[in-house]
Amino acid sequence: MPYTKRRRLVSSAVAVVLGATALTACGSSSDDGGARSGPVSLTYWTWAPGMDKVVDLWNKGPGKEEQITVTVKKQASGDTLVTKILTAHKAGKAPDLVQAEYQALPTLVSNDALADIAEHVGDVKDRFADGVWQQTTLGTDAVYAVPQDIGPMMFYYREDLFEEYGLSVPATWEQFAETARKVKKVAPDKDLTTFSANDSGLFAGLAQQAGARWWTTSGDKWKVGIDDGATRKVAEFWGGLVEEGAIDNQPMYTPAWNKALNTGKQIAWVSAVWAPGTLTTAAPDTRGKWAMAPLPQWSDGESRTGSWGGSSTAVTTDSRHKEAAAEFAAWLNTDGDALNALAKESGIYPASTSAQLSGAFTSPPEYFANQPDFYKKAARIAETTAPSAWGPNVNVAYTAFKDAFGAAAKNRSDFTAALGTMQKETVADLEKQGFGVAR
Amino acid sequence: MSSLTPRTSEPATGTAPGTARGPARRRRIAPVPTLVLLLGALYCLLPVAWVVIASTKSGRELFSTFTFWPGTGLAGNLSDLHAYRDGVYWRWMGNSALYAGLGALLSTCVSAFSGYALATYRFRGRETLFNVLLAGVLMPPVILAVPQYLLLAKADLTDSHLAVLLPQILSPYGVYLARIYAAAAVPADVVEAGRMDGAGEWRIFTRVALPMMVPGLVTVFLFQFVAVWNNFLLPYIMLSDDEKFPITLGLYTLLEQGANTPALYTLVITGAFLAVLPLVALFLVVQRFWSLDLLSGAVKS
Repeated sequence: MPYTKRRRLVSSAVAVVLGATALTACGSSSDDGGARSGPVSLTYWTWAPGMDKVVDLWNKGPGKEEQITVTVKKQASGDTLVTKILTAHKAGKAPDLVQAEYQALPTLVSNDALADIAEHVGDVKDRFADGVWQQTTLGTDAVYAVPQDIGPMMFYYREDLFEEYGLSVPATWEQFAETARKVKKVAPDKDLTTFSANDSGLFAGLAQQAGARWWTTSGDKWKVGIDDGATRKVAEFWGGLVEEGAIDNQPMYTPAWNKALNTGKQIAWVSAVWAPGTLTTAAPDTRGKWAMAPLPQWSDGESRTGSWGGSSTAVTTDSRHKEAAAEFAAWLNTDGDALNALAKESGIYPASTSAQLSGAFTSPPEYFANQPDFYKKAARIAETTAPSAWGPNVNVAYTAFKDAFGAAAKNRSDFTAALGTMQKETVADLEKQGFGVAR
Repeated sequence: MSSLTPRTSEPATGTAPGTARGPARRRRIAPVPTLVLLLGALYCLLPVAWVVIASTKSGRELFSTFTFWPGTGLAGNLSDLHAYRDGVYWRWMGNSALYAGLGALLSTCVSAFSGYALATYRFRGRETLFNVLLAGVLMPPVILAVPQYLLLAKADLTDSHLAVLLPQILSPYGVYLARIYAAAAVPADVVEAGRMDGAGEWRIFTRVALPMMVPGLVTVFLFQFVAVWNNFLLPYIMLSDDEKFPITLGLYTLLEQGANTPALYTLVITGAFLAVLPLVALFLVVQRFWSLDLLSGAVKS
């Protein structure tokens, strides 16, 4: 039996495999270009439900006139999408447009995945609050995205139970603590709220309200201020409440948490403007019994809030039609019809200040029918949003938060130690990534 | 296991009057292994039971009623799932069936060829090749996903059905299993006898060896089918068009809709329940191939 033929086959198969691995080692280059001629088609990665219907408005309206067609490719949200964008960018195949949360922008920019669209978006800056716009420029002259939705933080409480227990809505965090203790006295089996460590955005927003700036630059170095005075104040406050048992320490978004809200075991929730949507599914039986108020303040007479959530529309460096993409991004987030459709189809709270009081936002969310001025109040609160400062490894800080604070909340132990861990891990990761870090 | 368990058979003389002890004695129920197996079964089936029951609950009932008490929302959930974005769920189901069905079939073919060749022929470098494959078994497919993406991006194949199919065709574990099985199930004498009778290598493989390898190949097919059906990371990185998503990815997009949109729990749970059914059906249908005993009678010992 001649085996030579077979041997040749095997060795050529090995060669193919080796050739393949050699290929992966090659780098990739992306061609650049902003000018366009003729029809343009763009792809857009977004997780917002119903975005395809909003984009249809563009494709049938202004997009048709300008021969710019946008195709929506619906994605799952979260940090994994950032990884996916960066992987695609490595191959030079990122889509033209991406939806990106504000805190992900520095990561994407530092990987050279987002294009500077300052010269293509015109005067859209005026449509947004300064604190919101500043997140898309990262404090530079460049513009890396157009703001889409925001999540100003607010205080939600059970109006009926507050009345029943003789509680008043806390205006300061000190009053908040007293309210929590009073709930324990009046109804020992109930809690005002819980401290949950499973969504880092909540804590980041609370720290932002207190004046923390977690990532700043000095010269060409990053400065990490997670373990600064403002954040420590917030950590000590919540840690103290958890330690003395004045509030619960169970995580949010679990079936148990839903049940606690639905049955009135927890009677308040520090959340953001999108809370009505969450409450509709989490606590369907308490519709119309909740009310919204501004977040408690650190000192009397102040009015500041943090933000929790929110995202923007960015153009990638891989796009061959950056100008067209930027034009679409500006339309999507400033045009009245587009914003109305976004509110209706995707349920977003718009970053554009003019949209916050028009269209869908002239009447309260269904769940809050008892509070007719819900969105008027929300718009006033949104104005007071404190500036935020994101860095290139927010995901690492967030993971460190979940681990360290999750354990601290569970054991009702020291929150400041957990904060120290978070700071240390964030700095270590920055250095590992090769960034200069100022001490 | 059996050496650890006490034998429960009664002494032959201790039969109490009036009880039918005869057949029971022959069955020899070993309580400890039975208990362990029952616990194992419970451990595996409890989550499935949860999914089945939870899929009958409407959004209102999901978190507010007793966990293992069926709800009243199954029909509503099914019609919601069917209506979601014009029935995109069924598209995902079809995509999963394509990726898993065709992928597993091609993978089984490759495994059969290479497993048989590795078991039957002697050639230089055979053991080296086999050892490389063994190393492939140890390599978790997860870490290959990104390099595979970059590779397919060069060939401009990303975001296509092929991008998900191609990387799953070569399954080191399948080749390994096919080789082991071929070595045990296809006696060298039978191959030799085929050659004596003047059959070509291809004919021997297809007519003689392949039927003998069927039970092993069915296992390879099932393993690969389940692996592809459940695969998440590879399609996640490869695909951006959700019309091409398999079911795992589709359900994930329903869960992660952004912070301001509540996750569609009832749809995801009902979708997950429906996604399990094809796997159950496949196992029930394919099971009978395992009892085939083609070896008997082929060689006289």
